[in-house]
Amino acid sequence: MEERSWIQEFLSIPGNELFCEVDVEFIIDRFNLTGINTSPERMQDIIDVVTGYGNEFDSYGDPDMVDDPTEIMARHFYGMVHARFILSTRGIQKMLAKYLNGEFGKCPRALCRGQAVVPIGLHDIPHVSFVKLYCPKCEDIYHPFPLRQSSIDGAYFGTTAPAMMFQAYQKYIPRHSSEQFVLKVFGFKIHEHAELARWQQKKRAELEQERSGH
Amino acid sequence: MSESMAYYESDGTGASSMDETWAMKFCMQSCNQYFCEVADSFMSDEFNLTGLSQLVPRYKEALELILDLEHENSVPIPEIPLINQSGELLYGLIHARYIITRQGLLAMLQKYKSNDFGTCPRVLCEDTGLLPIGRSDLPGYETVRLYCPCCRDIYMPTSERFLAVDGAFFGSSFAGMFLDIMPGIEKRASQIRKQQFQLKMFGFNISPLAKFGPRMRWLRQTPESEDFQKSDGGGIDPSVL
Repeated sequence: MEERSWIQEFLSIPGNELFCEVDVEFIIDRFNLTGINTSPERMQDIIDVVTGYGNEFDSYGDPDMVDDPTEIMARHFYGMVHARFILSTRGIQKMLAKYLNGEFGKCPRALCRGQAVVPIGLHDIPHVSFVKLYCPKCEDIYHPFPLRQSSIDGAYFGTTAPAMMFQAYQKYIPRHSSEQFVLKVFGFKIHEHAELARWQQKKRAELEQERSGH
Repeated sequence: MSESMAYYESDGTGASSMDETWAMKFCMQSCNQYFCEVADSFMSDEFNLTGLSQLVPRYKEALELILDLEHENSVPIPEIPLINQSGELLYGLIHARYIITRQGLLAMLQKYKSNDFGTCPRVLCEDTGLLPIGRSDLPGYETVRLYCPCCRDIYMPTSERFLAVDGAFFGSSFAGMFLDIMPGIEKRASQIRKQQFQLKMFGFNISPLAKFGPRMRWLRQTPESEDFQKSDGGGIDPSVL
């Protein structure tokens, strides 16, 4: 066995900080791979590369091998499995630990005051959109800041993972605040801006009332 | 402040190279990317500086420094760092006043067009240009924030080098003034602003009555809000990404 597995090597690539380590047992279980048809005829090779079983040639970490089709397919395969893994109990726990450590970064919104974010995809189909970051405090999505993270496929995280995580661990949902920024000129609010802010605050109050009614 | 070290050679004598003014050097530093160059005529007009002498220690020497004038009395070397610091503070405060004048707004427009302030990190703002803003007009309260005209919210600068820049050097009124002379920005923003993000689970919306359901939709809502991304593959045009 090598000192570092393929997965650990993959995770250490700059930009791949958003991924968590998928359990090898999860990858080996063919049931979990149903429908991942990256390339059916080479599936076994790819699984071997990713899990490190029967993998004599140690291709990983060699920059020349980045163009290797097996390597590219293996990375894509890992991403697709990752999207499924982080919906499982183990996966949610791993992603939660990373979220609580702030490993995904902070919300750029000033009034969120450095709230930790979680990665999210806008589509579950690969090659459609890049990964984004979801802030549970303002419930909005942002571009990842280190540019190396911004070109990861969003499908490797999926649209559902943050909702699953916060459903399972509701105590980690941050406290929402009613604080809002309203632009002023020479200390005066601008009418149109202030009007929209009042309307939004009214919507917030309505929602709160509806929730307390139930 | 380590960046004040850079001014040692230009200090004391004021005999820096003729083609490069103090203001130019100041604006060229990477942490001062948001600053525009204040016109010399604006800085040397006493009327524009009313009240600043109370806010800036060693006001007279600081003003001489940023105007590239010879110091009337020679400055003892131990005080040079203090005066450099005062010079930056004074320049910042003059800058906040300058950028709400016509000339200053045009200077900032140039910077806005060359994307010096960056774009909104929020995905649905579709790279709307940001504007520097300070929530306080007095120095020493809060560092600079960036205002997005589309979501009308403020963001932290992404790069750490801006986290020491005082927000008062841009002031709270600049963004509003700027948008007033640039109606095109609001016109574009009012179209984009209609989109709203909704967290989904396996493609289904989560009820606002659920414990983990959406609580902050009001924040980005407008009377004509519509849901972004009605079905998978919709919403964002893949070619844009």
